[in-house]
Amino acid sequence: MAGVGIKSSYWRGFRDGVPFLAVIIPFGMLFGVVGTEAGLEIYETLAFSIVVIAGAAQFTALQLLTENAPTIVIIASALAVNLRMAMYSASITPHLGALPFWKRAIVAYFLVDQTYATAMIDYETRPAQPVEDKFRYFLGVLTPICPPWYFATLAGALIGEGIPAGLGLDFALPIAFLAMIGPMLRTPAHRIAALVAVILALGFAWLPFNLGLMIGAVGGMVAGARAEVALGLEP
Amino acid sequence: MTDTAQLWLIILALGAGSFGLRFVFLGIVGNRDLPPWLLRHLRYTAVAVIPALIAPLVVWPAATQGAPDAPRLAAAVATFAVGYFTKNVLAAMVIGAAVLIGLNALI
Repeated sequence: MAGVGIKSSYWRGFRDGVPFLAVIIPFGMLFGVVGTEAGLEIYETLAFSIVVIAGAAQFTALQLLTENAPTIVIIASALAVNLRMAMYSASITPHLGALPFWKRAIVAYFLVDQTYATAMIDYETRPAQPVEDKFRYFLGVLTPICPPWYFATLAGALIGEGIPAGLGLDFALPIAFLAMIGPMLRTPAHRIAALVAVILALGFAWLPFNLGLMIGAVGGMVAGARAEVALGLEP
Repeated sequence: MTDTAQLWLIILALGAGSFGLRFVFLGIVGNRDLPPWLLRHLRYTAVAVIPALIAPLVVWPAATQGAPDAPRLAAAVATFAVGYFTKNVLAAMVIGAAVLIGLNALI
């Protein structure tokens, strides 16, 4: 019953992606509101979300735009925030590298924090599923995450300044990521990686261009890999 | 600001750059085998990058101009604790948001 497999992979992904609506909608709307307040046209704010499709980088770019930073600094800083996408790309390749070129291009465009984290949990739980099922699962995950990101941005841009301050909307992103990170800390090596990353990111937060993030990320990865070897953990 | 040409240059450069970063390994490496040492590091990508991204946002929230904020810290601890102990992402988000909104209403 291949049909059942196709359906269940897509819908399993869809179900796992749906909870992120609670984050994507307020966060996308927040970007729309901030974009309007920064003086962007509605279609310009929407183009940002469709072309770049990376919340943290978009907010970084907007922030620097309002500070009248040089264009090259804006581009470099926002791409530095997005350097982790290259790590996601490398880390998901063992699971999806066997797909045809055009499907890999589709996955690459939609590879954001939430789709990556959700898919990796599933692929590591069910490593034996066929690559086409993994692709369908990914399509399922992105459906309630990426298109709502565009629509929420548009809604936020239209609403403009109508959203009251003090709702704590700025904290939607940290809460989303904090909720995701707990279940990912499966072994002592994962916990060491996260702890080292936090300490380094805080210690080097004073560095410009988000270099603290990169130092924390690379340091955490190295610490996790070292801990895996030292503790003799099986992957 | 809102120099239109500058804005579109930024949007298009970020779009191309972000896609390039996402595609570099998936598109070019494909299904060739990656060396074990690289895979060992990549296993810890998400648990390193995401905490490094959010830790400064939790400790020094932009909304308070970087001043540590008790409701946000409490919400962060509650969210992480629920996620860690129950492995339920949605429950963690809901409880974290409830703690933040509740404490902001009280204070």
